[in-house]
Amino acid sequence: MDDNTEPLLVIDDLAVEFRTDEGVVKAVDGAAFTIDRGEIVGVVGESGSGKSVTAMSILGLVKSGRRVRGAIRFRGRDLGTLPAKELRSIRGAEIAMIFQDPMTALNPVVTIGRQIVEALRLHDKRLSKAAARDRAIELLALVGMPDAAARFKQFPHEFSGGMRQRAMIAMAIANGPSLLIADEPTTALDVTIQAQVLDLLKVAQQETQAATLLITHDLGVVAELADRVVVMYAGRVVEQGDVTTVFTAPRHPYTVGLLESLPRLDRDVDELHPIPGSPPSLLAPPPGCPFHPRCPLARDRCRTERPELRVVGNGTAVHRTACHFAEELAAVPTEVTR
Amino acid sequence: MTVETAAAERLEHLGEEVLRVEDLTMHFPIRGGVFRRPVGAVRAVDGVSFAIDQGETLSLVGESGCGKSTTGRMVVRLLEPTSGRILYRGHDLATMSEDELRPWRSKTQIVFQDPYASLSPRMTVHDIVAEPLRVQGRYRRGGADRVSELLDLVGLQPEHANRYAHEFSGGQRQRIGIARALALDPELLVLDEPVSALDVSIQAQVVNQLRELQQRLGLAYLFISHDLSIVRHVSHRIAVMYLGVIVETGSRDEIFTAPTHPYTQALLSSVPVPDPRLRGARERITLKGDVPNPANPPSGCRFRTRCWKAEAKCAEEVPALEDRLGTGHPSACHFPELLPVLPTSGAAS
Amino acid sequence: MSDLRPSLDTPDVAAAEEVVAAEATATGVRTQRRSPAAMAVRRFKRNKVAVAGGVFLLIILVLALFAPLIAQQSPTAVDLGQIRRPPSGEHWLGTDASGRDVFARLLYAARVSLLVGVFAALVSVLLGTVIGAVAGLFGGWVDTLLMRTADMVLSFPPIVVIIVLAGLLGPSIPILIIAIAATTWPTPARLVRGVTLTVREREYLHAARVAGASRGWLLRKHIVPAAMGQIVVVGTLLVAQAILAEAVLSFLGLGVQPPQASWGNMLNDAQSLTVIQSMPWLWLPPGLAIAATVLAVNFVGDGLRDAVDPRQSGRS
Repeated sequence: MDDNTEPLLVIDDLAVEFRTDEGVVKAVDGAAFTIDRGEIVGVVGESGSGKSVTAMSILGLVKSGRRVRGAIRFRGRDLGTLPAKELRSIRGAEIAMIFQDPMTALNPVVTIGRQIVEALRLHDKRLSKAAARDRAIELLALVGMPDAAARFKQFPHEFSGGMRQRAMIAMAIANGPSLLIADEPTTALDVTIQAQVLDLLKVAQQETQAATLLITHDLGVVAELADRVVVMYAGRVVEQGDVTTVFTAPRHPYTVGLLESLPRLDRDVDELHPIPGSPPSLLAPPPGCPFHPRCPLARDRCRTERPELRVVGNGTAVHRTACHFAEELAAVPTEVTR
Repeated sequence: MTVETAAAERLEHLGEEVLRVEDLTMHFPIRGGVFRRPVGAVRAVDGVSFAIDQGETLSLVGESGCGKSTTGRMVVRLLEPTSGRILYRGHDLATMSEDELRPWRSKTQIVFQDPYASLSPRMTVHDIVAEPLRVQGRYRRGGADRVSELLDLVGLQPEHANRYAHEFSGGQRQRIGIARALALDPELLVLDEPVSALDVSIQAQVVNQLRELQQRLGLAYLFISHDLSIVRHVSHRIAVMYLGVIVETGSRDEIFTAPTHPYTQALLSSVPVPDPRLRGARERITLKGDVPNPANPPSGCRFRTRCWKAEAKCAEEVPALEDRLGTGHPSACHFPELLPVLPTSGAAS
Repeated sequence: MSDLRPSLDTPDVAAAEEVVAAEATATGVRTQRRSPAAMAVRRFKRNKVAVAGGVFLLIILVLALFAPLIAQQSPTAVDLGQIRRPPSGEHWLGTDASGRDVFARLLYAARVSLLVGVFAALVSVLLGTVIGAVAGLFGGWVDTLLMRTADMVLSFPPIVVIIVLAGLLGPSIPILIIAIAATTWPTPARLVRGVTLTVREREYLHAARVAGASRGWLLRKHIVPAAMGQIVVVGTLLVAQAILAEAVLSFLGLGVQPPQASWGNMLNDAQSLTVIQSMPWLWLPPGLAIAATVLAVNFVGDGLRDAVDPRQSGRS
C-alpha cells in the first residue's frame, strides 16, 4: 500500500492564510519539508513563524485558516483531499498528536483509563474491553506512571502537569502510530519535569518506531532530541538539515542570529547578540527574502528576489538553505561554530 | 533631577547594601468549612534571607511553586509578609502601613513577566510611564520631559508616546514596562521573569538593555527566573529556591561550576543545551516524581522525597544553609558534594 | 464513541486564533493609531440594526426637545367641546377624553419618558458602580454585606417594590426615578464588581500599587475605565427598563400625574373596551412609541455590547 519511493510525510509548498479584521495573515507561505519513517524532525521558529499552523494543517485542524496552496502527502495520499471520514480514521491511529497543554486533549470528566480504552477501541473494533483495559494499563506503565492500575481510574485533574503529559503520550502511542506530532510538548513544564518527559518521548519513539515531528521554540530541546531540524521564519522554511550540521555550521543568517542571541548554560558569554528589529508583519510580508530587514548580509537582490531552498555544503547529509548569500556565512567564523 | 544625575549619585555608592531580607515568610491561609476558618496554610515562602548591594544582580531561581515570585512580590510589598523583615537601607518595609510605605515605594520597583497584562490597554504609552510620577505627585514639575527621557533611555522613539500598548510587539512592551519601573528613580528593581514571555531573538535585546541600564544607572536587580541560561548570563550572585526555602546560594561561578546541593545539580543537568554534540555526553540527573504540596511539605529536608541521597537524618533534621565543604558558599544539605554537572565545552572566559 | 474525545477536534480554533493573535501582535508598531474606544466605535458602526436604533432615538430626542415648535396645540389645553375626536387636519392624532391634542401630548410625553429613563438609569448605574467597585476592591465583610444586599434587592419583584415606594412617598417624577434606581442598581453593581475582581489581579494594577497608588486612584484610573464599556451597555439597557417601568407606573396612576403627559398615563385613558376597539388614536400612538423606543434602546445596547467586547457576541 505504501508508496515506498516517497518519505512518510511530504509537505510540499504549503500555504495557509487567515482572514482577520486587519487583513489576510499569511501564516504559512510555501513551507516544504519531509519526514522519513522513524526519524525525529524538529521544527523550530519563533511565534508567528508558522510552525504550529504547519503542524496543525497536517491533521486538518486549522479550520479558521484556508489552505491556499500546496499538498500534504502522508504515505503518498494527499491529506487535504481526503474525505473527512478517512481523515478521522487516520487521526489518532496512524498520526497522533501531543499538545502543549494536555488539558486540551484530555476530557476532564472521563477517567484517564477510559479515555485510553476508547482511543484503542475506536480504531480497533474487535478489541475486547478487558483486553483494551490491560493494554491501557500497560501503556500507562510504559510512560512511567507509578501504580498504573490505580492511575487508570483517576481523572485528569487528579494528575500533576507532568503526569498529564505522560497520560497524553500514552494515549498518543496507544494505536502504534507511524507519525507523532508533538507541539511544544514540554514548554509548559518545569525543567526537572521537562527532562523526564524528554526521556519519555525518546522511549515512546523507540517503542513505536514512529516518526516524530517535534514543534518547539526551544533550540535546546531540538539539540537533545532531533535527528534533523527545520528552521522556519515568517511562514517559510529558511534552513533544514542534519541537526549537528545546522547547529554547528548554520548557513542561514536567521539561524546564526538565533544561536547567537541565546545565553548559554554551559559557558559564559560576554555579550548576547540579538537579532535587531522584530519579525515582519504577516499581513504585509516584505518582498524578496522575509528576513532581509533584519539581516546583516542583506543587499538589493534580497529585497527583490525571493530565495528558494537550495542545497549547500558538501556534507553527506542534505543541508538546504534559503539564502542568496549562504556561502558568505561559511567564511565568517561565528561564535556558535567555534 | 534627571536620570543621569540620580545615576551619578548612585554610582558612587556601588557595593553598598541596598536591601536585606531576613527570615521572610509568607503563609497563605487555606480556608475551609462553613465559617471559612483557616484550616491550614500554603507555606509559599518559609524563612528566606538574602542581601543585595548597589549595582548588583541577585537571581532567585527555581521551578514553579518554589516561592521566588512570592518573595519578589513581598519585596515590593504587593504582599504583606506573614513574618520577617525587609530592610531597605535599614528601614523595615515589612510592617509599614500603606501610608507609611508610600514615600519608600519609589525606591523599589518591579517589572512583570507578561508584557500584555502588565500594561493598561486603555492608556497611551505616555500615560503608562507617567502614572508613577502622577501617583507620587511629581508629574507637574517636568513630568512630561521626564517621560520622554525615560522612553529614550529604554530605546523607544518619542513618537511612540501617544500610542496604545496593543500597537507594540512583546519586546517593545517590555521596554515600556521597564521605563515605567524606572520613572521614580528606584535603586532596586525586582525583575519577575522579565524575558520569559519573549521570543529568543527579542529576549536577547531586552537582556542587553537591562544590563546596560544597570551599568549606567547603578541599579540593583532582584532577578527572578526559571531559565538557568539567562540567569547565568545576568547574575552576580544566585540563590536557588525549592519549596519555599533557599537550598544553595553563592556567586555565579560557585553555583554553575561548583554546585554542592543535589537539587542545584539536578536542575543544572536537566536543562537542554543547544549543542547536539553534547547529546549523550552529559551526565543527566533525572529527578523522580513531582514537587510536593507546599501546604504539607516533607519533614526535615524538603528536597528529600526526590533526592537520590536521602537518608534517615534528612527526614528528621532540617539542614541549615551553611558552608559544610569549605567551598566558600553555603548549601542546605546534610550530605553536600562537589559535583560539576555542566560540560566545559566552550572556552570559559 | 467518539463523543468521549471531542477535544481532539477543539484545540484548533483556540490555537489558530492564538497564532493569529501572535501574528498580529508580532508585527511591531502598526501604522494606524487606535484607542480602544475608537475601535469600539468602529465596530458599532458596522452593526446596521444598532445604528438604525440610534438614529431612531435621535429623532425621538429631537422631536421631544423641539416639541413646542412642532406641536401646533398645547398638550394641556382642555377643550370639552372636542372630546375623543378622531384624527383631523387640526388634531393630527385626534383628541383625548378631555379634548386635549394627542399629538402634542405624545411629543411632550416623550420628554418625560426619556427624562425618567435616562435619569433613572444614570442614578442606578452611579450607585451600582460605586457599590460594585467598593465591594470588589475592599473584599472581605464589606463585599459580603454589599453583595447580600444586592441579592435581597434582586429577590423582590421590582414592580411591586416600586409600587410600594411610590404609594408611600406619593407619586412624582423624582420619586419615580429614585424608586426605579433603587431596584435596579444590583445589575451594574455585580458587573462592576466582576470587572474589579478581574482588574485587581492585572499586573498593570499591581504596578500602580507598587508606585504607591491609593484605592481611590486605582478606582478612578483603572477600575472604572475598565468597566466603562460594560457600564454603558448596562446603562443603556436600564434606560429601556426604566421607560417601561415609568409606563407601567403611570398607567397604574402611581407615576406621572395628569395633566402632565407621559406615554404611560396616556395609555391610562384607554382602559375601556370601547376605546380599544373604536378609538385606536388614543392608545396606539403612545403604545407604539413605548414599544419602538424600548426596542431601539435595546438594539443600541446590544450593538454597544458587541462593540465593547467582541468576544461576548454571538460568534463564539
